[in-house]
Amino acid sequence: MVNCIIRLCGRAQPYEATLNINENKLKLHNEWMTIDHFALDIPITGTVYGTLLNYKGAISKLGEAVYEIPYKKPPEAPILYMKPVNTHLAHGAPIPLPADVQELEVGAALGLVIGRTACRVTKASALDYIAGYTIANDVSVPHRSYYRPAIREKARDGFCPIGPWIVEKAAIKDPNNIGIRVYVNDVLCQENTTANHIRSVEELLADVTAFMTLFPGDVLLTGVPEGAPLIGAYDRVRIEIDGVGVLENPVYPENKSMEGENQ
Amino acid sequence: MKRARVAYAGAIHDAVEVRGMLQLEDGRLVNQKDVVWLPPVQPHTIFALGLNYADHAKELAFQTPDEPLVFLKGPNTLLGHRGVTRRPAACTFMHYECELAVVIKCSARRVKAEKALHYIAGYTVANDYVVRDYLENYYRPNFRAKNRDAATPIGPWLVDVEDIDDPMDLTLRTYVNGQLIQEGSTKDMIFNIPYLIEYLSGFMTLNAGDVILTGTSKGAVNVEVGDVVVTEIEKVGKLENTIVGED
Repeated sequence: MVNCIIRLCGRAQPYEATLNINENKLKLHNEWMTIDHFALDIPITGTVYGTLLNYKGAISKLGEAVYEIPYKKPPEAPILYMKPVNTHLAHGAPIPLPADVQELEVGAALGLVIGRTACRVTKASALDYIAGYTIANDVSVPHRSYYRPAIREKARDGFCPIGPWIVEKAAIKDPNNIGIRVYVNDVLCQENTTANHIRSVEELLADVTAFMTLFPGDVLLTGVPEGAPLIGAYDRVRIEIDGVGVLENPVYPENKSMEGENQ
Repeated sequence: MKRARVAYAGAIHDAVEVRGMLQLEDGRLVNQKDVVWLPPVQPHTIFALGLNYADHAKELAFQTPDEPLVFLKGPNTLLGHRGVTRRPAACTFMHYECELAVVIKCSARRVKAEKALHYIAGYTVANDYVVRDYLENYYRPNFRAKNRDAATPIGPWLVDVEDIDDPMDLTLRTYVNGQLIQEGSTKDMIFNIPYLIEYLSGFMTLNAGDVILTGTSKGAVNVEVGDVVVTEIEKVGKLENTIVGED
């Protein structure tokens, strides 16, 4: 059992709850209920930054291309991007499939939720700046080139399901050794671990905050593993991160995605 | 109307320009010298355009793009008028970029260029510094070069959309230590403002207060510690910034 922060639809304030991941239950105000009982809203309020190519498998998949045009050499500093507010989506809400796209890539990412202003932090103190962890599905229109910022591929409405909660930092003993799994329609499609990060959580926070400040409530995604599963209309995608929880969303054609879905 | 956000006497205020003074919401008139200028907007999403002037693209030896080169910026980058921006000690080439900034008025999705004006609240000036030493060829321009703390001064004013007859015919000028060093016109944008609103709102929703930095023209020159950089856009404003060292 771990403590977590949840937001409920229709309630402006956040709530502290206790989570039992194995039994799929949350305790709020001394009462245990199954998670499906709660209308969980987006738990985060800050800016969401993603990290490109932070899995060893992702960079090795590029192979010799990193020495060729247009890249010319492997990345040095962390390469970041943003998942702006129009992309943020609650657990359970439909991911809109744009009319001009057949399939989307699933980006299973661990989210570091910042607890206090992080500017030029050292590797040794980096974990002090984390309030907790969440799960993000960094959805993209499949694209092969990393040369130009992929705004049209990564910043569409609803392209960043995030949540369902923020587990407290103490819930994760070692953020650099936790399993991540993606299921599409209950079939396991991807399995990886944060042990395969190129930059550890501590190194990433130190290297990012060397050039930009992260504020309380901001979320830094530590990267997405290679071999992104593809999802299409009416698929259900579920991301499991050990100790953090399960984030699940269906995919709807965008003209139907505002109608929501009764779970 | 010219609108500002300022810190004055221990509180943050919205203000408007009245006869060269700043009038706070509570009616007080204060001298422009007596306030700390804050960014006039607090956007959720900040869009920026790369290579959106043909002469600047040529200067950097890039082909004119056939689709807007858009990137996003975090709120850590914004800085008010008369602020200071830090120049990394080890860098050799950091330059200003005088840009017309468009502020979105209301939620915009699938807006046609002809209707774009209805979705604009107003305009301001931005100076979107880049540290070229840190450019890498992944999601270029990458954050280390372009998303640095306080490296995007913006302001001083948000000028109401009604007050600018033609945003596509404004002169941009940059002065370093009083010397004119960059001059261009918004006429020379490759993708103009209505097109950019149609393009962006075609695949995502723009929200009230969001900002689009529309790119810079030719004339990128390195700045050094101590330089006072003024970026000016005709009818919109004159934004001052000072370069300081890392310490």
